[in-house]
Amino acid sequence: MAERVPSVHIEVTVNGKIYRRAVEPRMLLVDFIRDELGLTGTHVGCETSYCGACTVLLDGASVKSCTLFAVQADGAELTTVEGLAKNGELHPLQEAFSECHGLQCGYCTPGLLMSSHFLLSRNPHPSDGEIRKGIAGNLCRCTGYQNILAAVRLAAERLNVKHQQSDRE
Amino acid sequence: MYPKPFHYHRAGTLEEAARLLDELGEDAKLLAGGQSLIPLMKFRLAAPDHLVDLNFIPELNFVREADSGIAVGALARHAQIGDALAAPQWAPLRDCAWGIADNQVRNRGTLVGSVAEADPSGDWVPVLSTFETRASIVGPAGGRELPLSELVLDAYTTALEPSEVIAEVCVAEPPASSGGAYVAFKRSAQVYASASAAVHLTLQHDACSRARIFLGCVGLTAIHAEQAERELLGQAPDGDGLQKAAEAAAAAADPQSDMRGSADFKRTLIRALVKEAVKRAAARCRGEVVEGGHIYG
Repeated sequence: MAERVPSVHIEVTVNGKIYRRAVEPRMLLVDFIRDELGLTGTHVGCETSYCGACTVLLDGASVKSCTLFAVQADGAELTTVEGLAKNGELHPLQEAFSECHGLQCGYCTPGLLMSSHFLLSRNPHPSDGEIRKGIAGNLCRCTGYQNILAAVRLAAERLNVKHQQSDRE
Repeated sequence: MYPKPFHYHRAGTLEEAARLLDELGEDAKLLAGGQSLIPLMKFRLAAPDHLVDLNFIPELNFVREADSGIAVGALARHAQIGDALAAPQWAPLRDCAWGIADNQVRNRGTLVGSVAEADPSGDWVPVLSTFETRASIVGPAGGRELPLSELVLDAYTTALEPSEVIAEVCVAEPPASSGGAYVAFKRSAQVYASASAAVHLTLQHDACSRARIFLGCVGLTAIHAEQAERELLGQAPDGDGLQKAAEAAAAAADPQSDMRGSADFKRTLIRALVKEAVKRAAARCRGEVVEGGHIYG
C-alpha cells in the first residue's frame, strides 16, 4: 500500500480547551497529547498497555492513551494530569502524593494520579483492597506502592471532608 | 512504536460496517475496544490496510434484559457489564468482567470483541460457555444467529465470514436453584490468566442435578470438561465427587508450557481452580453471597 493515507480532522476538548487538528489515523492518542498539543505531563512508559504511565480520562473514564488512536477521541473530553490543578492550587491527590512521598522518580506519577482520580470518582470511600485493585493498571518501580496507598487514602479523606463542607454550605 | 499506516473508516451503522468490510476485503479489520488489536498492530503482528471503527455507533453500547436473559451489545465495555449485571444469577459474568486486566482496559475492552478474537487465553468464552449463549451476527446479505459453541472454532478462529460483524451476544437466564463461578489464576493484573475454570451447577437436595464445566487457557479454545461434569452428577458438590471431578478436569486440560507456567503447573492449577469454582458455585446455588474474582499469585 502507498505509505500516504488521508489525514482525519478531529476536535478534542482537553482540560476544557478545544483543539482541532488533522491527524494521521495511526497516531496514538498519547503522541497526539504530547507532540501535537505539547502537554507532556502524560508520560510514555512501556508503550504496550502494561505500565499505565500514559493514563488519561476519556469522557471521565481512565484509559491508556498508548492503546487508543487519536482519531478515536474525536468529539471526546479528555483530562490529563495538567487538568488536575485549578487556579494554581494542586488537586488534593497531588498534595497527598507530595506529602506522603507517593513517588520517587515521578515517572509513573501522572498515570497514578489519573487512575486514582478515576477510582475516587467512582468510589469515594475505597478500602485498601479497592485502592490496590484500582491502581493495578499502573506500575511504579520506586515506591513499593505503600506510600501511594497512603496518599490515595489521605486524598480520599480530604475530598470527602471537602464534599461534606460544600454540602453544608 | 507505530503501526503500519492504515486507512480509517468510521461506520455509522452495523450494516455500514459490514458493507465496508465487504468492499475493503480481507485487509480490513474491525476496531471496537482495541485493547488487543492496537497492541498487536503496534508490534506489527497485525498490519491491516483498513480499520473500520465501530466506536461511533452509540446504539451498540448496551447491556439490557432481553427475552429470558440478557443481551450485550458490540460496544459494551467490560466495566459496564460488571456494573450492569447486579442480579445474583449473573455473578459468574461479574467475576469475569472485574477480573479482566485493570480499570483502564476494562473501560475500553469489549466482551463481543473478546469473543470475536477467540484468544485461547481470553476470559469470556469459558464462562459464557457454561451458559446458553448465542451471537447475533450482521453481514452484507443479512443477519444470522449462532450458538457460542458453533461460533468459536479454534485459536483465533471463528465461524464469522470476513465481512460479518457480531451485533450482540445473548445469554439465557440460567435454571432455578443454580449458580456459577469463574475463577482464573494470574500473575499480575495486566497479563492473561495462566489457567481458569468456569463452573455452573444446579443443586437439588444438595446433589448436583446439572453441571457445566469449561476450562480456559489450557487448550486452543475453552475445553469442555465433560467427564468432570459426570463425576459431579448425583453427588454432593464436595468430598469424593469433587476430587474426581478435579482430576478429570486436569486430565481434560491440554496446556502448553510457556512464560505463564509449565504444563504440569497449569494442570495442578486446574485441579485447584475447579475445586474453588465448584465451591463458590455451590454456595451461590444456596443463595449465599460469595465474593468472586481472579486469584493473583
